[in-house]
Amino acid sequence: MRKFKEKLSERIFFALALSSISVLALITLFIFIKGVPLIAEVGAFKFIFGMSWAPGRGEFGIFPMIIGSVSVTLGAAVLGIPVGICCSIFMAEFAPVWMRNIFRPAIQLLAGIPSVVYGFWGLLFVVPAIRNYLGGPGLSILAGSVILAIMILPTIISISEVSLLALPRHYKEGALALGMTHWQTIRSVQLPAAKSGIVAAVILGIGRAIGETMAVIMVLGNSVAVPQSVLDPVRTLTTNIGIEMGYASGGHQQALFATGIVLFVIIMALNVSAQYITRRKIK
Amino acid sequence: MPKPPGKSKLTTRAINLYYGNYHALGDITVEIPECAVTAVIGPSGCGKSSFLRLFNRMNDLIPTARVEGEAFIDGAPVYGKDSDAVSLRKRVGMVFQKPNVFPMSIYENIVIGPRHHGVKNRGELDAVVERCLAQVALWDELKDVGIRNKSGLELSSGQRQRLCIARALAVDPEVILMDESCSALDPESTMKIEELMADLACRYTIIIVTHNMEQALRVSDMSAFFMIDGDKVGRLVEYAPTIDMFYAPKDKRTEDYITGRFG
Repeated sequence: MRKFKEKLSERIFFALALSSISVLALITLFIFIKGVPLIAEVGAFKFIFGMSWAPGRGEFGIFPMIIGSVSVTLGAAVLGIPVGICCSIFMAEFAPVWMRNIFRPAIQLLAGIPSVVYGFWGLLFVVPAIRNYLGGPGLSILAGSVILAIMILPTIISISEVSLLALPRHYKEGALALGMTHWQTIRSVQLPAAKSGIVAAVILGIGRAIGETMAVIMVLGNSVAVPQSVLDPVRTLTTNIGIEMGYASGGHQQALFATGIVLFVIIMALNVSAQYITRRKIK
Repeated sequence: MPKPPGKSKLTTRAINLYYGNYHALGDITVEIPECAVTAVIGPSGCGKSSFLRLFNRMNDLIPTARVEGEAFIDGAPVYGKDSDAVSLRKRVGMVFQKPNVFPMSIYENIVIGPRHHGVKNRGELDAVVERCLAQVALWDELKDVGIRNKSGLELSSGQRQRLCIARALAVDPEVILMDESCSALDPESTMKIEELMADLACRYTIIIVTHNMEQALRVSDMSAFFMIDGDKVGRLVEYAPTIDMFYAPKDKRTEDYITGRFG
């Protein structure tokens, strides 16, 4: 009887675990079934590199949105990565314990703020600030980059910090014993040794930035055009789906699913490379 | 083999080391001779490593560590306002128990020290690498394997430890501290490193911590025997030329330890 119970509970856990994975499989299958026919119809090259997005006329070119996603993400990376890595170095190497005990939960809290709140804050503070001090409509790549840079900080900081803290103590001791200063030790020994973890942190942060929708919808301006400067509004792949999904039907809807496929592939590629890089470190 | 102790390189005067409330070393007064090998022996946990780390201020890394008393290198204070741990550590190199090769090429492992101390010229760095690898008898073993590309982590553990010694030598130290540097190695590698110590002792002041009595007897000129006394504080029981200590120990505790160890 007891054995039967053991077996039964094992099965139940297995079924529950399986269901969460099968949801992933179902979603994947679903967006591919919905999106692939349109890509096949329009042609993959024309879909990805087409400059014109006019669903009413049956023109489905997502290149302006790809430019939008890439530029906003790059901006977020440029702003967020240096700050995030420096912050993780500070936390892992310089901060006294009491300060670390305040910083760490604070950064976790940053990750817990709903993205719509970031967007709202960006719309009320960042957008007017850009409009007043730098010109343009304010709704812009820069506004989106600033918001995303803040949103990816927790990912970058916590993963980089963990990889710095996971280094064997004897690297640091060895470097200091050579008469290197603390900063020289960090720069020349610890950072290179933690490189794979930090690179993984950056990739995961970028993945987060590309996938973010709600916050950027509110600050990007969302016009479908290739931007000329960082002060121009853009539309990203995610915001394109978010904005048009409500009223799309037929080929238009399929095109949005196809946009989803492109996003899916990009994010999968980023996650797989992040995992590959961290694995290699263990070896 | 034993040579008469020359001028003292390192001295301590009634030095005490605390980790928080724990009194690790009590009233150690000792003079370490220049250009000789001094062995620090004693049972586990008696403060041998802590004693070694007094001389390059590695104990500074432990936030609760506190030093009272004085230590000198060439008569200049090791602790205190005017001394600087970073420049001290250039003069007092250290080799650890486990080979702590950095995850980079063999070449980079050696030049990392000199490069940070201002040697930028490529030819000079190449010369340092060759000299140091030759000093630890690795040059002939490694010169053909591509020291610029091969990671230091790919070497055998004996080679890694010799690489660590080469790395320490690359910054031209005056003193080398070796903290049980052979304990993780096979007998053959141990033998090589012992030969190395004998060579290096002509130019450098060497202090080794070892659990291996035969090793202390083979390589050292002076021996310091540490033990925890009744109040749990690590103390220097006896300090004498190695031959005298091993064959005519003055203190009963030293004799018990050495004879017990030799079995």
